[in-house]
Amino acid sequence: MEPINIVNSIITPLDRKNVDTDQIISKEFLKRIERTGFGEFLFYHWRFDADGNEVKDFVLNKPEFKDSKILVAQDNFGCGSSREHAPWAILDYGFNVVIAPSFADIFHNNCYKNGILPIKLTEAECDEILAKGLKAPYSVEVNLGNQTVTGEDGIVYNFSIDPYYKETLLNGWDEIALTIKYEEQIAAYEAQRVAY
Amino acid sequence: MGKNIIEKIWDKHVVYQEEGKPDLLYIDLHLIHEVTSPQAFEGLRINGRKLRRPDLSFATMDHNVPTKNLPTINDPIAKNQIDTLAKNAVEFGVELAGMGHPDQGIVHVIGPELGLTQPGKTIVCGDSHTSTHGAFGAIAFGIGTSEVEHVMSTQTLWQNKPKTMEIRVEGELPVGVAAKDIILAIISKFGIGVGTGHIVEFTGEAIHKLSMEERMTICNMSIEGGAKAGLVSPDQITVDYIRGRRYAPQGEKFEEATAYWLSLASDEDATYDEVRIIQAEEIEPIVTWGTNPSMGSGISKNVPTQADYEDESDKSALQKALSYMGLEEGQALTTIDIQHVFIGSCTNSRLSDLRAAASVIQGRKVHDNVTAIVVPGSHTTKKLAEEEGLDKIFTDAGFEWRETGCSMCLAMNDDVVPAGERCASTSNRNFEGRQGTGARTHLVSPPMAAAAAIAGHFVDVREFVKETV
Repeated sequence: MEPINIVNSIITPLDRKNVDTDQIISKEFLKRIERTGFGEFLFYHWRFDADGNEVKDFVLNKPEFKDSKILVAQDNFGCGSSREHAPWAILDYGFNVVIAPSFADIFHNNCYKNGILPIKLTEAECDEILAKGLKAPYSVEVNLGNQTVTGEDGIVYNFSIDPYYKETLLNGWDEIALTIKYEEQIAAYEAQRVAY
Repeated sequence: MGKNIIEKIWDKHVVYQEEGKPDLLYIDLHLIHEVTSPQAFEGLRINGRKLRRPDLSFATMDHNVPTKNLPTINDPIAKNQIDTLAKNAVEFGVELAGMGHPDQGIVHVIGPELGLTQPGKTIVCGDSHTSTHGAFGAIAFGIGTSEVEHVMSTQTLWQNKPKTMEIRVEGELPVGVAAKDIILAIISKFGIGVGTGHIVEFTGEAIHKLSMEERMTICNMSIEGGAKAGLVSPDQITVDYIRGRRYAPQGEKFEEATAYWLSLASDEDATYDEVRIIQAEEIEPIVTWGTNPSMGSGISKNVPTQADYEDESDKSALQKALSYMGLEEGQALTTIDIQHVFIGSCTNSRLSDLRAAASVIQGRKVHDNVTAIVVPGSHTTKKLAEEEGLDKIFTDAGFEWRETGCSMCLAMNDDVVPAGERCASTSNRNFEGRQGTGARTHLVSPPMAAAAAIAGHFVDVREFVKETV
């Protein structure tokens, strides 16, 4: 996966809580056997009406957010199905940072495996960023190395991240290649494993 | 100080531990299905990696399979996904219960049925409802496709040790209240994110009186409360369920395993990072009215109003949900008319679920405005149900009796609820569009779904059974 460190972009304010992975990528798009090409189907049923026309007031359809790389939402982002097609769609569409007060566990894990940085800020901080982004286009600089999100108005938000996943993202490491180095430990475990 | 079952199982599976890293955790059983595996197998091929432990892997086809007119699959993209799994299973040496195989079924139904699911195991699958297997006292959780590939290649996963939570269901469950109602009540009471970052152990008298199939329903939906996994400490009911199953240990080995399994139960003085308590007496049959599983209320209640919430984002979520669902604030749940009934899914498609629904339906007819289908959780379940005549009860009442699969739970196959129509569904998710674009899902237990099929709207199944006898 691609390394990630500094991302400069306008934020896309998705002012919703409990955004589930069924909304991020609907089931009719899960039948492909590749990892790529899911971006055009991201939030499909929020972006398009039943006749396939763009829903004008849905945030992703507004021209000012077209090149945004940073998605900001409310609590419990990515709940529901484990489908990794959700982060694949987010990445393929052009986002590589998602900011929210909390993430569902499986989605959160899936982000790390794909070079997407999930940032947890407090609810108050997310509300503040969302409010600014909804009022007028608002740019921030995300710096993973420093663990900061800096607004164009100079406000700095600090975030914490698991040090292991920080290293993985900064380096774009292939986790399986790393784990294979522990073959000796895995084999030793298997030799004494309790199994019925 | 004693340990809880989560700590006991976790500690036994740590392959490698180092400060500043997640634990490297060994995986005992990897279940595989057609939707979340093709990219993982492809990853192995591209990198020249092998499947490390085919003997600890088991595959089936469930998400995409049709439930009628077998073996024809109309959708060429779905067919390609199914054919791809069949090819991958041969290439990598995985045992496969494919389409038409007598063991085929929903992955979370066949694992327990075949005896693959056992206490003390770590079990993963590229499916969030893997939490189902926790009913046996296993740590079982859903993973993404990258992690599927990681398990295929190394039989391990890097995992931060989750926090632990006890959800205790105290007292006795009222008559006519189902396991589904317990878990829906827990999620609506404590919230859709209650379990995030935690593995939950369900405890209490009401839980340990439940059958294994009922425990599976509860653990199945622990993910809907955000939990990484949900489990129940093994007891005699667990052991009795496993005895004699094909992949379970046999003879003396079974006795040895039993002693080990029972030793995993949480110690009396075990503690947890968090504890939540709910009284079984306060639970009634539940119907969801919104667009996530926490948006549900007892059948005697009304759809909430803005005044019931303080938080602005909750008020706005209510408004969005009711607008999608086509419901009014304050509307009585019993006034909601339905057009579809789905009895099935990894939550509620087991023999006891079918029996419970059939007992409500027996001698009655499905309402003229309702289309109702039953989709058994596996071929084995279907066969057993037919042996005791349940299929006849359903078809006599006007239900369609289908072949096994995930079916209308996520509507990846042809079993779709049309836009704007309502379904009383025994499945696990009522997200927007889950059962079809624009479809409106109400989650209920199998008896509540059966009663709604006959009445044409939601009713309290306890009253309904009395009144119409």
